[in-house]
Amino acid sequence: MTLHKIRRDFPILKKKIKGKPFVYFDNAATSLKPRQVVAAISHYYDHMPVNAGRGEYDLAFQLEQAIEAARQTVAQFIHAHEHEVIFTTGTTMGMNMVAQSYAMTHLHQGDEIIITESEHAANVLPWYQVADKTGAKIIILELDEQQRLTPQLLKPFLSARTKIVAFADVSNVLGTKTDVKAISQLVHEVGGLVVVDGAQSVPHLPTDVHDTDVDFLAFSGHKMLGPTGIGVLYGKEVLLKKMQPFFTGGGMSLRYNKQQQVKYAPIPQMFEAGTQHWSGILGLKAAIEYLNRIGLPWIHKQEMMLRDYALAGLKAIPHIHIYNPQTDSAIIAFNIDGVNPQDAATYFNSQGIAVRSGQHCARNLVEYLKTDGTVRWSAYFYNTKAEVDRFLKAAKNGRNFLDAYFQ
Amino acid sequence: MHTFNDPRIMRQVIMDHYEHPRNRGQLTLAGVKTIHMDTAGCIDDIHVNLMMENGIIKALSFDGVACTISTASTSIMTELCAGKTKAEATYIVEQYMKMIHAQPYDDSVLGEAMVFQNTYKQASRIKCATLGWQGLATLLKEEN
Repeated sequence: MTLHKIRRDFPILKKKIKGKPFVYFDNAATSLKPRQVVAAISHYYDHMPVNAGRGEYDLAFQLEQAIEAARQTVAQFIHAHEHEVIFTTGTTMGMNMVAQSYAMTHLHQGDEIIITESEHAANVLPWYQVADKTGAKIIILELDEQQRLTPQLLKPFLSARTKIVAFADVSNVLGTKTDVKAISQLVHEVGGLVVVDGAQSVPHLPTDVHDTDVDFLAFSGHKMLGPTGIGVLYGKEVLLKKMQPFFTGGGMSLRYNKQQQVKYAPIPQMFEAGTQHWSGILGLKAAIEYLNRIGLPWIHKQEMMLRDYALAGLKAIPHIHIYNPQTDSAIIAFNIDGVNPQDAATYFNSQGIAVRSGQHCARNLVEYLKTDGTVRWSAYFYNTKAEVDRFLKAAKNGRNFLDAYFQ
Repeated sequence: MHTFNDPRIMRQVIMDHYEHPRNRGQLTLAGVKTIHMDTAGCIDDIHVNLMMENGIIKALSFDGVACTISTASTSIMTELCAGKTKAEATYIVEQYMKMIHAQPYDDSVLGEAMVFQNTYKQASRIKCATLGWQGLATLLKEEN
C-alpha cells in the first residue's frame, strides 16, 4: 500500500485553495471521502433507489440484503453481534438515544452520572437533560496532569450511586486515549454502565466491544471516510431489550391498533424508525471495507509518524504554545502567542491549509486549558510529511496573520 | 483616494484597536441596555452596552472575548457612534453593513471603519466584522 496510490482515491487532494494545493488537517472534524465510498453512494441512487423492507419486488429485497450485509460489516469491525448494531445519524444521535431511551427511564433522584471536563457537547448536554428530568446528579471529573481519565482518577468517585460513566475513548481536543477496558471493569464492579463516545477512536484504532466490555458505544461514519448523516450505536443486547424507542413510526412497528396496543420490531430495527439513510449505510460499508483493506495498524503507524513529526516541528517554534504535548493521536491543540485562534486559522486558510479553531465543542475544557480557544491540527492516514512541512512553515509565519485579511 | 486604502495603515489601525480596544468594559450607569452577542461556531462572545439620554448616545461600550477583526470593528464602532443621535447612529450602522456586503455606501460617515472595506473578500470574517455592529443595531431598534 503506497501513500501515493491511496491519495489518488481522494480527488479533493488535487484541489487548490487560494492558488495553493489544498492541505487538509481538520480530520477530527470530518474525514475526506475516497471515490470508492462515493461510488457506493451513487450505486444506491443509480441501481437500487428504492425503499427496503417495504416491498416484495426484487430491488427492495436486494436493498434489504445489502443493508443487513452492511450491518454485518459494522458488527465485525467492532466485534459486536449484528443485532446490537443500530444505525443512527451519528455519534450525537447515539448519545442522545442512550440518554433518552435508557437513562430517562432507568435513572432516579440520587443516582449519579460521571463525565469528564473534556467531553464533547454530544456527551455533555444529553446528560444535562437526563439530570434535569430525573433528578440524577452529574459529576464532571477534572482531568489529571496527564490529561487522561484514568482508573485511579475515577475510582474515588465510584459508588453504588454510579449509574453511568460516559467518556470519549479519544478526546477530540486533547487527543488522549482512555484505558476503556480498565475503566469498564471498575465501573461494572459498582454496577454502573459505561457509555463510550467513539467518534475519535473507531476511525483510527481497532475497536473490540467484546474485549473492552463497554455497554454502549457511539460513533460517526463521516469521520471514518463515510458519508455524513450516518453513524452507529452499539448497545449490549440485554440493555437494548430494556429500552423503549424514543423515535417511533414506520419500519419499527410490527402491529398496532386503535386501542393503542403496539408491538415493536425486535432489536435493532426497533430503534430505526422511518426510512433509513440507505445510501449512507452502503457508503459506511464501503468506508469500512476501505479501512480494512489498508488496515488499522498501518493507519495508526502513519498517524503516529505524522504526529511525531508535527509535534517536533511545532515545539521548535518559539511562539507556539502546545496544549497537549502528551497526545496519543494525530490531534494537536495549540496557539500562536498573541494571535487569536480564529485569526490564526484564517491565516492557515490563506496558505491553503484547513485547520479548526475555537473550543471544538468542548466548552467545559476552557478552564482546564486556561485559554478561550485553540487551533486544532488533526491528521489522517492520507496526509504526508510534505503537508506537515507546509503547515509548519505557515505556523512559523503565523504572527503575520493579518496578511490573510489583506490578500 | 482614502488614507484607509493603504494596507499598511489598515493593518496598523486594526492592530491598534485590537491591542488597545476603546470603550471596553461594562457600563455602570443607570438606564444602560446590554445585548449579548455570540456565535455557536466561534469563540466570539461579547456584550454591547448602550446608554441613551435625550435621544443621544451618551455611552457605548463592549466587553468580552473576541478575535482581532471582531474586537477592532466593535472598538471602532463605539468611537464612531458615541454622541450621535439614534438616527445618525442607525445611518452609520447601515452604511457599514452595506460596505461589508459590497453594496454602494456613503463612506463619509465611516471613518476608521473603512479599514474593513475588504471584508467581503473574506466571507468567513463577515460574521466577525459585524458582530458588535449587529448588537448596536438591535439595541437602537429597541430605543423609542
